[in-house]
Amino acid sequence: MGVRQWIEGWPVVRQLTGADPLGRGAAAESRVTSALRPRTSQADRVVASVCPYCAVGCGQKVYVRDGKVTQIEGDPDSPISRGRLCPKGSASKQLVTNPNRVTTVLYRRPHGTEWEELPLDRAMDMIADRVIETRRRHWQEEDGGQRVRRTMAIASLGGATLDNEENYLMKKLYTALGAIQIENQARI
Amino acid sequence: MTTGHTGTTGTTWRDRLAGPLADPAGEAGHADGHPPRMGFFTDTSICIGCKACEVACKEWNGVPDTGLDLLGSSYDNTGALGANSWRHVAFVEQRVPAERVELGMPGIGAPEQPQRAETDDAGVRWLMSSDVCKHCTHAACLDVCPTGSLFRTEFGTVVVQEDICNGCGYCVPACPYGVIERRESDGRAFKCTLCYDRLRDGLEPACAKACPTDSIQFGPLDELRERAERRVEQLHDRGVPEARLYGEDPDDGVGGDGAFFLLLDEPEVYGLPPDPVVTTRDLPAMWKHMGMAAVAAAAGALAAFLGGRR
Amino acid sequence: MAECHPVGFQWVMEAKERGATVIHVDPRFTRTSAVSDVHVPLRAGSDIAFLGGLVNYVLTHEKFFREYVVAYTNAPAILREDFADTEDLDGLFSGYDPDGRRYDHSTWAYQGAVAAPATGEHSTEEEVGQPEEDAHRVTRRHHGGPEHREAARAEAYGSGGPSVPFKPELDPTLEHPRCVFQVLRRHYARYTPEVVADICGISTEQFRRVAEEITRNSGRDRTTAFVYSVGWTQHTVGAQYIRTASILQALLGNIGRPGGGILALRGHASIQGSTDIPTLFNLLPGYLPMPHAGEHLDLDSYTAADVGKAGFWGNMRSYAVSLLKAWWGDAATADNDFCFDYLPRISGDHGHYRTVLDQIAGTVKGYFLMGENPAVGSANAKLQRLGLANLDWLVVRDFSLIESATFWKNGPEIDTGEMRTEDIGTEVFFLPAAAHTEKDGTFTNTQRLLQWHHKAVDPPGDARSELWFTYHLGRIIRDKLARSTDPRDRPLLDLTWDYPTEGAIAEPSADAVLREIGGVDAGGNELAAYTQLRADGSTRCGCWIYCGVHADGVNQAARRRPGRDQSWVAPEWGWAWPANRRILYNRASADPDGRPWSERKKYVWWDAEQRKWVGADNADFEASKPPDYQPEPGARAQDAIAGAEPFIMQTDGRAWLFVPTGLADGPLPTHYEPAESPVDNPLYRQQANPTRREYPHPANRYQPSDGAPGSEVFPYVFTTYRLTEHHTAGGMSRTLPYLSELQPEFFCEVSPELAAERGLDHLGWATIVTARTAIEARVLVTDRVRPLRIRGRTIHQIGLPYHWGGNGLSTGDGANELLPVVLDPNVYIQESKAATCDIRPGRRPRGPALPRLVADYRRRAGITEPTGEDGTR
Repeated sequence: MGVRQWIEGWPVVRQLTGADPLGRGAAAESRVTSALRPRTSQADRVVASVCPYCAVGCGQKVYVRDGKVTQIEGDPDSPISRGRLCPKGSASKQLVTNPNRVTTVLYRRPHGTEWEELPLDRAMDMIADRVIETRRRHWQEEDGGQRVRRTMAIASLGGATLDNEENYLMKKLYTALGAIQIENQARI
Repeated sequence: MTTGHTGTTGTTWRDRLAGPLADPAGEAGHADGHPPRMGFFTDTSICIGCKACEVACKEWNGVPDTGLDLLGSSYDNTGALGANSWRHVAFVEQRVPAERVELGMPGIGAPEQPQRAETDDAGVRWLMSSDVCKHCTHAACLDVCPTGSLFRTEFGTVVVQEDICNGCGYCVPACPYGVIERRESDGRAFKCTLCYDRLRDGLEPACAKACPTDSIQFGPLDELRERAERRVEQLHDRGVPEARLYGEDPDDGVGGDGAFFLLLDEPEVYGLPPDPVVTTRDLPAMWKHMGMAAVAAAAGALAAFLGGRR
Repeated sequence: MAECHPVGFQWVMEAKERGATVIHVDPRFTRTSAVSDVHVPLRAGSDIAFLGGLVNYVLTHEKFFREYVVAYTNAPAILREDFADTEDLDGLFSGYDPDGRRYDHSTWAYQGAVAAPATGEHSTEEEVGQPEEDAHRVTRRHHGGPEHREAARAEAYGSGGPSVPFKPELDPTLEHPRCVFQVLRRHYARYTPEVVADICGISTEQFRRVAEEITRNSGRDRTTAFVYSVGWTQHTVGAQYIRTASILQALLGNIGRPGGGILALRGHASIQGSTDIPTLFNLLPGYLPMPHAGEHLDLDSYTAADVGKAGFWGNMRSYAVSLLKAWWGDAATADNDFCFDYLPRISGDHGHYRTVLDQIAGTVKGYFLMGENPAVGSANAKLQRLGLANLDWLVVRDFSLIESATFWKNGPEIDTGEMRTEDIGTEVFFLPAAAHTEKDGTFTNTQRLLQWHHKAVDPPGDARSELWFTYHLGRIIRDKLARSTDPRDRPLLDLTWDYPTEGAIAEPSADAVLREIGGVDAGGNELAAYTQLRADGSTRCGCWIYCGVHADGVNQAARRRPGRDQSWVAPEWGWAWPANRRILYNRASADPDGRPWSERKKYVWWDAEQRKWVGADNADFEASKPPDYQPEPGARAQDAIAGAEPFIMQTDGRAWLFVPTGLADGPLPTHYEPAESPVDNPLYRQQANPTRREYPHPANRYQPSDGAPGSEVFPYVFTTYRLTEHHTAGGMSRTLPYLSELQPEFFCEVSPELAAERGLDHLGWATIVTARTAIEARVLVTDRVRPLRIRGRTIHQIGLPYHWGGNGLSTGDGANELLPVVLDPNVYIQESKAATCDIRPGRRPRGPALPRLVADYRRRAGITEPTGEDGTR
């Protein structure tokens, strides 16, 4: 930038030489303002999604930059929602990016008074052991003389907030395990 | 589209600070071909008070939360517009007399409902309205800003440039609506930008985009004004005589608002000033007085000086 | 709807602008009421009286759509001579067993059908309505003892209800004294406007205004839609609430037609999907029943009741075999009954609340909580925590430390001293969950529409999808058991569990899972529709109603053709089950001859030139079956459905005004008071639903109702509900600053009159007490709550949003702490919308003083174990 350009960039010079003698508009524009663009225009990609709150199923567009979600807003293409979102849907970015999310496995040992940290693979292994052992010890081949082939000692609650594919795998695995007390919010 | 009016020739100082003004952006030096003036028309007759506008605004603009405070003001826990609340949905609960809710009345404002037991009041009406910065034609906040932080954009909106604002706070008492405010944690002044960054890319503001019922409508102000007038006529025809516009009149005390409203009651009911006036309307006169006072003061000082020499 | 589904409500607002009348019937004056034309503030728990009054109005004023009713409903069907109605038995139907508090359904059948024991299962229900000889045979073969009745009923019948293989005798004049139409007329005759006003607390004028609006707006040229949410389901008569609306809508001809219907607005993103592909104890995917012990010994007995019956349930064996093939692949062969024996059997009620009591009893050792927070969201939350505290191990998967994960540390019972952290032996694993932006998958929305959401970013830290968790848990378990020779491990080891994984965290492919759900043929080619499924093992399909979701190798749920670029039905956005149909039973949008009822309401019709059904949607009918088709004698499945019978999942092809089989509490909806009510039932001596399910437990005491000694201790009605700003039990909203600040605290809503009566101050504190516990809330005194005149008395209602708990940013007591566990007998959903309580100014006691306060209330009310269990007065 030459000296002349630099001087011409001064607001007061712009104000006195331009069409904005009161310095309330064009002459007052700062360099940051001049460069201003919506952050969505800098997204690496835009991903089509669906709001995770209620069952209306509003379309969402998820803007991603550098591996982070930078914005979530309504998808105008959706014939259901036409780009609109309610306050919960509008808070989706905070839902997925907020620091209150717990991102590590926590473990409370029997009779423990505090949480402890636990590696994920260790937790998975321990849970698998618990399932196998509980199932082994509390297996019912028959109930009142009738064949049931099940365990009444393992139960599950949840599914209404999950994907169909997740509910499907859960039901499939639990059924193969012989667990039957599988329930979700639809009962509530 | 009415652009190309640069606004310098033939515009008096008085015009620049009050009264109707066809092209605030042009008058502020934005060159020919600048976009039309953009604004909000908030039709409160279809607002459902969901507060999507409040959240969508905060998510887009990264506005801090205001903490947890149950206000007891119906379902409103935001309270007012401020540095951390650029949209604010007011909730107004009113008892309405029987004739207002008797059978056969139109369902805008108060639904039909049975008479309340043992009282003369038939029922209740629940008004909701999403308030926002008015982006005045004559914006006192901008006029008093000594740093040039507040400025008029090419869309005719009024925006704080945070890289310029030094937190002097002159704008705060200047606003006739009590909109702009300094953020305690930071000192600078904040308010609705009408999503200036989004407008730059042809996007609509976050609140208007989210609004589930289209109560918040965004567009060229001329179009919005026409649409709003048709809507008022329609409501009057449908037996809602209380429908009226607020802030759309270029002859009002701020030269008309860039964000205006359709209300179902007096503005005060919604917490809006009934007759807002740009606080800098009398600036030219004030300057004139001030100038004379300054001359007199200088003369006095000179006299004292001379007298001192004596 | 504006309150809990604001974006869906845009269509209501748009309809209103175009002239529609919006009527809001709700005890609470909500954001919906604020913009409605009419608000009917009835008393919580009185909807059947209101809707029954409308049915009566329609019949008395001859406002029903006669051609539709005669042709498409079972109004002309003739019932047995020995059926006795509530009119005859003072609030009970024939067949009631007061000792077992259940019904024998046999007398509810169509004439010509035979008596059969009442049972709860899909197949054994078939006994009712069987021709005599067959029924005896089936009964002998399948009758599994009284505990069968314990199985959940309505949901077990699937999307089409139970089947009646017997086509009823009909009187098209509707004049036979025992035809359904005449029974209906007599049943609802006493639901007069005056009685409705007295029960509901509204005016007769307002009732008449609603009746006139909906009848004026129904018929050939116009349709009326009903929309409901859990305000209808969460009652001891919840299923019958919906039934009453069904009767009304069928009488008005509003089913299967555009702008009509009864639309359930569901509260979770995929709660519809989790019902279709059920994480529910009594169902397998696609509403196939879980096999029942002693009754479903093999595939033949499991499918016997349906095979060959009229309607599409007649192909049930194809759906079941295709599911077994999807799960056990090559291991499932015709020789081994397609591994049917790998399925565990149910033997009664294994529902959510029964399971919690079993946790307390110690039989449940391990528990998975997958995105659900019962310590806030379920009725009588203390029961939930007592259950959690008695487990060996608990796995909680969520975004944050919800109350159900921290009950051992900071639950209310720790404060009161009822539990000590050190005494609680539950081992707790908290595993962070991935968000919707961090995984691929489909949600099924409230209108049966599957929509794919694409993964945008990797989940943070240890956060993983439930797909990841379930797949890898299964993988690890299978690895650990790989060398097992125990036959009980065969179902695990033979399971098809070979999904491809992707990326650094080895995320299983959701698309591969969806493909398995959608179905393939023997050559591995994706199926187009469930009509291609076979019972010979040549097709595999994880959920028959979702068959075709991956047709042509395309993820149909991921289709996103913009709405503005297609018809108003928008068939190319996502994929709706079944077969991408957007309105169920839409054959009913045309008259019996296949012509639209009117030009204005045309939707699907018969094109005689093309010899097929055409229109805006896929016909919910066989595409080339002409309107004049008549089944041959002995025809089966869909072939037994005539060309003018639109209700293709019903064995008689008709909408059921009267339900001859399948409901636990009666063939016709009847007004009963909520289990806890301050008033009597003016219609019958029977006060509450006699078949409601109760679970007496020291922590689940019931309160006396209407006039019974002690009922004056709990004089007020309370109802629970949601706010726009929060989501259910709060796990996805109370942790977010932007939502928490909008509704920062738990509050109760009371009328100025109640505030004056009890000395409650606006923004002050109130303590609300039931026989279960006491909670505190800030007080909002509002004109939106009004006292009601019921049975000559003033009744006050208290409104409680239930989102709060002790964790998160916005905290408070949970409204669900107050509720008893008392359930609808059909679907086992709790009555959370109407119960009784006391309210007093000030904060609740802390520490041990809290249970003492509640004990004092119980003592004053004389509450001992049997209280409230007698449904009569």
